Amino acid sequence: MSDQVINPAIRPVFTGDPTHQQDSTGEIHDHGHHEHHKDNFITKYIFSQDHKMIAKQFLVTGMFWALVGGMLSVIFRVQLGYPNQAFPILETIFGKWAPGGIISPDFYYMLITMHGTILVFFVLTAGLSGTFANLLIPLQIGARDMASPFLNMLSYWFFFLAGVVMLTSFFLPDGASDVGWTAYPPLSGVREASPGSGAGMDFWLIGMTLFIFSSLLGGLNYITTVLNLRTKGMSMSKMPLTIWALLITAVLGLLSFPVLLGAAILLIFDRTIGTSFYLDNIFINGHALANDGGNAILYQHLFWFLGHPEVYIIILPAFGLVSEVLATNARKPIFGYRAMILSLLAIAIIAFVVWAHHMFVTGLNPFVASVFVFLTLLVAVPSAIKVFNWIATVWQGNIKFTPAMLFAIGFVSMFISGGLTGIFLGNSALDIELHDTYFVIAHFHIVMGVSAFFGMFAGVYHWFPKMYSKMMNNTLGYIHFWITIVGAYLIFWPMHYMGLAGVPRRYYSFDAFQSFNMFGSLNEFITLAAMLVFFAQILFLINFFYSIFYGRKLTTANPWQSNTLEWTTPIKAGHGNWPGDLPTVYRWPYDYSKNGDEYIPQTTPLREGETGGH
Amino acid sequence: MTTVLVVLAVVMFALVIFQLAKTTEFVAILRGEDKTRLESDRINSRLMMAFLIAGMAALFWSVVYFKKYMILESASVHGEWIDSMFNVTLLFTGIVFILTQIALFYFAWRYKHTKERKALYYPENNKLEMWWTVIPAIVLTTLVVIGLYRWFQITGPEPKDSNVVEITGKQFNWMLRYPGKDGKLGENRFEYITEGNGVGIDFNDPRSMDDFMPSEMHIVVNKPVLLRIKARDVIHDVGIPYFRVKMDAVPGLTTRFWFIPTITTEEMRKKTGNPDFVYEIACDQLCGTGHFGMKGIVVVETQDEYNKWAASQKSFYELGIKGTAEETKFADISKQLKNAEAAKANMKHE
Repeated sequence: MSDQVINPAIRPVFTGDPTHQQDSTGEIHDHGHHEHHKDNFITKYIFSQDHKMIAKQFLVTGMFWALVGGMLSVIFRVQLGYPNQAFPILETIFGKWAPGGIISPDFYYMLITMHGTILVFFVLTAGLSGTFANLLIPLQIGARDMASPFLNMLSYWFFFLAGVVMLTSFFLPDGASDVGWTAYPPLSGVREASPGSGAGMDFWLIGMTLFIFSSLLGGLNYITTVLNLRTKGMSMSKMPLTIWALLITAVLGLLSFPVLLGAAILLIFDRTIGTSFYLDNIFINGHALANDGGNAILYQHLFWFLGHPEVYIIILPAFGLVSEVLATNARKPIFGYRAMILSLLAIAIIAFVVWAHHMFVTGLNPFVASVFVFLTLLVAVPSAIKVFNWIATVWQGNIKFTPAMLFAIGFVSMFISGGLTGIFLGNSALDIELHDTYFVIAHFHIVMGVSAFFGMFAGVYHWFPKMYSKMMNNTLGYIHFWITIVGAYLIFWPMHYMGLAGVPRRYYSFDAFQSFNMFGSLNEFITLAAMLVFFAQILFLINFFYSIFYGRKLTTANPWQSNTLEWTTPIKAGHGNWPGDLPTVYRWPYDYSKNGDEYIPQTTPLREGETGGH
Repeated sequence: MTTVLVVLAVVMFALVIFQLAKTTEFVAILRGEDKTRLESDRINSRLMMAFLIAGMAALFWSVVYFKKYMILESASVHGEWIDSMFNVTLLFTGIVFILTQIALFYFAWRYKHTKERKALYYPENNKLEMWWTVIPAIVLTTLVVIGLYRWFQITGPEPKDSNVVEITGKQFNWMLRYPGKDGKLGENRFEYITEGNGVGIDFNDPRSMDDFMPSEMHIVVNKPVLLRIKARDVIHDVGIPYFRVKMDAVPGLTTRFWFIPTITTEEMRKKTGNPDFVYEIACDQLCGTGHFGMKGIVVVETQDEYNKWAASQKSFYELGIKGTAEETKFADISKQLKNAEAAKANMKHE
């Protein structure tokens, strides 16, 4: 890694807002000082170009979607836990979707489809990356704002629009899409294949297209900002791991989302103008379709070319947040900083060449499959390095159990549990047994769903003081954590056993099969656990919103005694972040408990005989 | 009414927790923040240890309890290979799981914050990192080698003496086709598909005339069987958990899977103590709103029983086509196809 200092301040950078040009010392040209330039309600809270406000917008919107997505899962868990039992309230709320108080199969498939779509894209991609890339990139590299605040604002509003389209689709006469979040054609490509394959699918595709725009605009900005706007002394090798993770995430998104866009456009063509990219030899509802010569598997290749990097787009930011929170609260440098960066890079590169492990039983050529087995299991090596390094970071620490730290430790536990089952699934011969069973549900919910959520919670609890200048309530945070980790294990762990009994995913009911119908009481148990965990998230939401307004005021700029630059800004940082000059960086961000000092901020000049590295 | 009460109770409960939590904040201010922080560090570190112990206990208990539900012994030759692979993988991952979880929670408990403790400045140890790169790499290589060896055996060419069964998925059931006495499946063509001729059998092909389409799949124990897998509307998946069989059925493609069943349905009934036991085919790829009901039945029997069953099956042509409107419909389609092909051939000549 080059230690060469790239000083953005040497080049004046247009930050989108003419009042905020940086000059050679990184100072703002004072056309209107950032603290009192004219902000009205609309430019401050709605069409804001301040990265900190955009981060909050992403976060709150993400929380809204998490609430919706979580609620959907609680509703379909009612069907799985209490099949054929009538709950009149459901009919009162959902009308024709729950006739007689029992969820209809159409509604069930709509719920699982939208649960997946919302959680994967709206919450864990936009909500997680959007929030923390926006908040932390400028603050931790010492920049006034993103390279293009305007594109940044557009990124949020495309996301918002995508959400509006998705939300609207619930109210269509035939409901939202019900073909699964992966939307495999022909089911998603032929309008008559399923109730949700009609208008619901149109809305889904439009929503996803808008979402991809949002993601690309955001990603471009994150990359540009990290590469060009680092403050004096902030060489790449002095960046916090959060920034490394967010940078690599943005690169992954930028390279893979366009492929999903291509897949979606071809699907739109097949659905609307009669092309046959994915459709061939289809006889449905008593008549044959004219489509000829397409290949349904092509879609899966395109989809998973995004879809697999996507799971790393979800988990890498969590890696970064957790590394930062672990080091800060263990009062220890992150163990193996360089290995952590290299393993992030390795994971990102391998992420692009493992997509077909989702397709071992599609009739894929066995030799091709074998290459993907090898590459897939290869990704376990850098993942293992990360886990060992996190554990080594905790070892011999002086651990302060803030709620953020609890979630960071919980993240490592979840990531181990879910990561190891990936070794089963990535081996094609074993995948024959486990593919599309509850084992897979357990695997990916633990390794990317719960883990990413834990990373996000760690981030929210840790950076809440920076975002709102208030503290969240710790006790509620502890209760939130302990219910969530116990509950999440109770929900997903037993699903491994169901998978080993061969129970398939995406079944509305198991009544028809004697092989799968013996898990009635377990399913009820899982449903109750899911409700409990959902309840704990309500506590979190109460804590979050209450604390914004009535939380204890932050009295110190650096509440966690952390080394990174965001804590050198004032308690209430205005647009532009630092009132005076941009800070200068002299050392890496992990000088904790070094030579008797509990922490040494990055802005502290090196002492005599000290080297800047580690 | 009850629902409203339940919701109210939950909301009240949340408010109570919230109020209690707020109180602790005020108490903390009264008692001094440092003291409170030390105490919460102590409580949480103990909870970490308690979670580790309770979690591990629950894990072992649940494995023992749920063992009877899992299909740990499969009923096919390659299934046993997969089972042994599963056990090897479980051994390696199990060791890693237990060691890392113990280390994580033990350290969390052991190194909680106290006034006296100083954290160790220990940023790096290349030797250690090399070891925990190399060891996982070796273990994973082993798993890849075993896995791929078995994978190529499973996906390799079927034995010559395999029986062939064609299975076609449609929303929302399976259609089966067996070669009749001649042992050969006739051609089928997409264009011939009608409601009556569900898989589009070509009755111009003499091999088709004795093909039969039973409602249950019968296969012979210890004899290889090759499934020719098709779909005619959306993607389905032939999943038979006991045989470790799973393969997508894709419109426009024919996929395949061969296996050797080792336990007859009768033996399985004795083994499981369930007199009604049957092998079930489940659709394992979301295929629409009826996906969860798309079931098929497999009967594994001895060669004698199978022969008797096969002999009793009437050909599909005789049962469903001969002398019905379907026969004229088929003739029409095949005439159209012939004309279309002739036209095409003419175009080429010119």
